[in-house]
Amino acid sequence: MKKLLGFFSLFAMVLVIAACSSSSSGEGGDNAESDGGDGSSESGGKVEIFSWWTGAGEEDGLLALLDLFKEKHPDIEIENAAVAGGAGTNAKAVLATRMQGDDPPSTFQVHGGAELNEGWVAAGKMEPLNDFFEEQGWMDKFPQDLIDLVSKDGDIYSVPVNIHRGNVIFYNKHVFEENGIEVPQTFDEFFAAADKLKEAGITPLALGDKEPWTATQIFENILLGVLGPEDYRGLWNGEVSFDDERVVEAAELFKKTLSYVNEDHASRNWQDAAQLVGNGEAAMNIMGDWAKGYFSNDLELETNVDFGYTTTPETDGEFMVITDTFGLPKGIKNPDDVKKFLSVLGSVEGQDAFNPLKGSIPARVDADPSKYDQYGKDTMEDFKEAKLTPSLAHGSAAAAGFLTKVNQAVNIFVTQLDVDKLIESLKQASSEL
Amino acid sequence: MQEELATQRHTEQKLQLNKKKKKVTKDQWIALGFLAPSFILILIFVYGFIGWTGWVSLSNWNSLVQDMSFAGLKNYLFLFQDFRFQADLRNTIFFTILFIGLVIVMGLGLSILIDQKTRGESLFRNIFLFPMALSFVVTGVVWQWLLNPSTGFNYFLKVFGIQPKWYTDTNILAGFEWGNIEFGLPVAIIAVVIAAVWQMTGFSLAMYLAGLRGIPEELREAARMDGATEFQIYRKVILPMLMPITVSVVIIMAHISLKIFDLIYAMSGSGANFVTDVPGVYMFETTFQGQYYANGAAIAIIMLLLVAVFIVPYLITNRRSDS
Repeated sequence: MKKLLGFFSLFAMVLVIAACSSSSSGEGGDNAESDGGDGSSESGGKVEIFSWWTGAGEEDGLLALLDLFKEKHPDIEIENAAVAGGAGTNAKAVLATRMQGDDPPSTFQVHGGAELNEGWVAAGKMEPLNDFFEEQGWMDKFPQDLIDLVSKDGDIYSVPVNIHRGNVIFYNKHVFEENGIEVPQTFDEFFAAADKLKEAGITPLALGDKEPWTATQIFENILLGVLGPEDYRGLWNGEVSFDDERVVEAAELFKKTLSYVNEDHASRNWQDAAQLVGNGEAAMNIMGDWAKGYFSNDLELETNVDFGYTTTPETDGEFMVITDTFGLPKGIKNPDDVKKFLSVLGSVEGQDAFNPLKGSIPARVDADPSKYDQYGKDTMEDFKEAKLTPSLAHGSAAAAGFLTKVNQAVNIFVTQLDVDKLIESLKQASSEL
Repeated sequence: MQEELATQRHTEQKLQLNKKKKKVTKDQWIALGFLAPSFILILIFVYGFIGWTGWVSLSNWNSLVQDMSFAGLKNYLFLFQDFRFQADLRNTIFFTILFIGLVIVMGLGLSILIDQKTRGESLFRNIFLFPMALSFVVTGVVWQWLLNPSTGFNYFLKVFGIQPKWYTDTNILAGFEWGNIEFGLPVAIIAVVIAAVWQMTGFSLAMYLAGLRGIPEELREAARMDGATEFQIYRKVILPMLMPITVSVVIIMAHISLKIFDLIYAMSGSGANFVTDVPGVYMFETTFQGQYYANGAAIAIIMLLLVAVFIVPYLITNRRSDS
């Protein structure tokens, strides 16, 4: 009997614990689902901000931005609905499900370019923001190329908060100095440096392609280097075919590049790969400049002392642009509160709170350069002059479906190194562009 | 005379039974009332959505814009010609065989050892059962670290001069060309199987232990009296009696292995050249990242059919033995 009683009390306890945990997690879920729903009926309301900024650096930037918003609009409640996962792989899936279910977050992070325009705008899920841009006086505060990147058919659909550069090589300065290596500018110099490093027993190029977009990013940079900005853009509007001989040449260079990477690349993510460069096991890392945030915030390395940076081979004066933007989904209940958030996001103050911590540069041309480190200053300078090209790996150049197919083709290529097969898959996928 | 009596008794019994039946109908109604809500919910949210998924898999809905126009078997035909899906099927076959085989062998072996009335039996039992308390995601993360080619376990192996690549190995053992892929045992799958077996062996151990305890001691005694050795007792008496348990373990493990997603997503992802990819991971990525909703639905339906191959025969034999 006693035993039975004990069993029942244990059972009851388990039930209570289960109920507690489910109710607390349920709360979060409910809030997330009803975002503006019950918030808007009260004064102030609630803004749910959906992003994939959970890593060090990026999260610091987001929190600084949210703090600034809280300061300006203390009556509006903020919900930080960030979903972890490199390059938003998980967040984008969650977002797609919520949008399909007519349950959009108040505002969400989306890359300017195809991801926004061919995705959410084409599906009729976004509100145009032209009047809002005029009202805020932003039309001449963002570069025209950038406004074009967040517009479809003349309507503007989101507010850019930052600019990342995708065509950067980060290198370990100590390793370069010890081995007497010049910073490479061309493919020939790059391979010469790589050979020298290989002989010295150092992995020339760090790669972590557990998520295949990192390899795709190397390929897109090689494509840009070989084709130049005009023809690189031509790939996405059908002017340049994927069986063009220069694309084949780029694939050959990609193949050669892959022979210089660390052996365990398939088990690493991009941070793990950057870490190899940070601790001197590898010399170079081709990565977007969020890696800079990782180097200085997580690994506490000093810019231009511990690590240096240069553009990927033969892309000097070109800028593979990745911009995070926030828009206004259709069907949310408190668009005015969301617009207040967007106006903070697009202000000089907001951009200067966010970007120095995130490691990106502001999307506005009139932001304060003194708030940024040397890398930021250099990149801001380049951004004004360079030719902007949309990144494929980050969904700016082409729609998500095409990108998924390219990532699959690249994943196969990294192992099989079959150039013909890669070109064939690209050509097949491009019929969907 | 006796026969008549017997039939009379029989009809009386029947009548009584009928009366009883009528009496319990009130209870039955109450039971039905309690069952109905969950029955209706399952009807809608399980079978209804299976139907919906099947319908989507026959449509052209391959972007963010919903398009339910009829596409026939286009999505299925695409999959069976697809490199990645062919690799998935290969991986699933080898994963399932190795996983179920090892879970049964390890579970049976360990349960027999524990059954020898060893000291600290409950301690061993708990140690082997604990991994089951973890979710597959946790197992995946832990084993990802343990079997990462440059961390964990491998420092130890380096001493012996062995440096396996574990789940990043892209070799296919005994491979031959088949369709678009190389068919054979992907080495990387072995690493994933180790993690999955570590997680699920406790379950089969518990099942077998219960089965062993259910075998009366007299049977063994009788066999011993007949001069059977311990080995013969296990082979001829005990193992045949554990057959129903083996069937249950196979059924339960089969549906886990055919639907596996979280372990692989956390541990190795789809892997280089898709050596550790499975339909679950492909379904997730193609649907929610690639926005190919119809293709994703087709993968889901194929997964359902794969599980059905195991479950349906089981259900049929169960029904037969019930009646």
